Amino acid sequence: MMYSEKVMDHFANPRNVGEIPDADGVGEVGNAKCGDIMKMYFKIDGDVITDVRFKTFGCGAAIATSSMATEMIKGRTIEEALQLSNKAVMEALDGLPPVKVHCSVLAEQAVKATLADYYRRQGIDPEPIVGKLEEVDHDHGEEEE
Amino acid sequence: MKRFVYADNAATTQVSPRVLEAMKPWLLEQYGNPSSIYSIGRQARTAVETARRQVAAALDCEPNEVYFTSGGSEADNWALKGTAHLLAKQGKRHLITTNFEHHAILHTCAALEKEGFEVTYLPVDSKGLVTAEQVRQAIRPDTALVSIMYANNEIGTVQPISEIAAVCKEAGVRFHTDAVQAVGHLPISVREQNITMLSLSAHKLHGPKGVGALIVRKGFIPPNLIDGGGQEKGRRAGTENVSGIVGLGEAITAAVEKMEEETPRVTALRDRLIDGLIKLPKVRLNGDRQHRLPGNVNLSFEGIEGESLLLMLDYAGICASSGSACTSGSLDPSHVLLAIGLPHEVAHGSLRLTLGDQTTDEDVDYILEQVPPIVERLRSMSPVWEKIKDL
Repeated sequence: MMYSEKVMDHFANPRNVGEIPDADGVGEVGNAKCGDIMKMYFKIDGDVITDVRFKTFGCGAAIATSSMATEMIKGRTIEEALQLSNKAVMEALDGLPPVKVHCSVLAEQAVKATLADYYRRQGIDPEPIVGKLEEVDHDHGEEEE
Repeated sequence: MKRFVYADNAATTQVSPRVLEAMKPWLLEQYGNPSSIYSIGRQARTAVETARRQVAAALDCEPNEVYFTSGGSEADNWALKGTAHLLAKQGKRHLITTNFEHHAILHTCAALEKEGFEVTYLPVDSKGLVTAEQVRQAIRPDTALVSIMYANNEIGTVQPISEIAAVCKEAGVRFHTDAVQAVGHLPISVREQNITMLSLSAHKLHGPKGVGALIVRKGFIPPNLIDGGGQEKGRRAGTENVSGIVGLGEAITAAVEKMEEETPRVTALRDRLIDGLIKLPKVRLNGDRQHRLPGNVNLSFEGIEGESLLLMLDYAGICASSGSACTSGSLDPSHVLLAIGLPHEVAHGSLRLTLGDQTTDEDVDYILEQVPPIVERLRSMSPVWEKIKDL
């Protein structure tokens, strides 16, 4: 299994790691049993995501996709962030090994979950805006060493 | 200063210069086929038979009880499938093994189950050990074979092989052991320990990859593995891997010669590594501390995931392995770590460091210096650690 240089860069030097104590939205996806959890914190001003932080428990790809996804939405509008797809994250990282595609799905879901939390805090039902958050299909494939 | 530290000797080992030198002539000058009648053929035959005697001497069995194979997995497949098929004719369609064997055993058992054989998987305890009493209770009149690994490849636990084999002998049941991790690292006597069959692999003891052996005591030979020419008494046909076989003979001889000196040295390094790393918060040692291979360290660091740990260690020049799902390529973390009762999330954070002949005091110092800040860094960015750190 090979990671691209971009993945290795975002793994070794992850951008936007940390927490935002007075965040306007916090979202967590994944579960420890499967080996990856992503937690994101957004600071939102009007409809712009002004600051983003994340914490991730997971493999190299999980950390790299979190880092890349946060980079891609920082300073963007909520509408733009909602359009972030796992494919876009993967492309920005110059691809992911097939068994790691679910990490990029998780990153997309983390962004949506954080925005859903933001709407909930505003007393707005997030589902019509963010959509229903589904369980990430966790297919690691059947590779053996 | 950055070093290169190879701490994955359970995965494979470097071919030693002594082994390489022994192998070279059989590739370059005396490249004859051992079945040929002219001199370089006869010399190759002599070399193969010398290696056979070396393997037999190292394991205390007869040279004609040594069958060369392509490695440990092939030997395991032959022992299990061959014995099962042979004894099925006598109505014996039951096998006994453990739930934490190498996949070469577990997947072979699964294949036999598909053919209609029944397999009992004995559970290991939380320390990664199985008892002779468990085996005794599992043996039935239709049991064809008991197969239990000598030492576990992930957590290094050494099973009470002599006691288990004695129980099998008493019950008249054949006993096979996958000794791939044990040969060259622990003293073994096939004869005294009543082992019917034993699998071994050269590349775990500074020999080359692609060669191993199945030891089969006289009178217990399973059906032919490969039909063809008369090699390996016609049981496993195909022109011998002469240089590989010579390498295995040399490697096993060297390992046995050095064992008395190396075992206490490597054990001390292992213990220093365990003692140094176990001091970190929320770390556990996987596998029994006493009944353990000299070079095996297996720890779980809660709150982090193994693959990221391995990648960080790689940046630091340290080669290690992990039982996390992301490194096994499957959904679940290591079956061995789950077998000893680790929760999934703890199994994901496991780190295996396996030391060997070439590991030095400085290597251990370096690992002890590098691992704690890496663990701390990964924990500082882990949402799991944030929840469990104060528990």
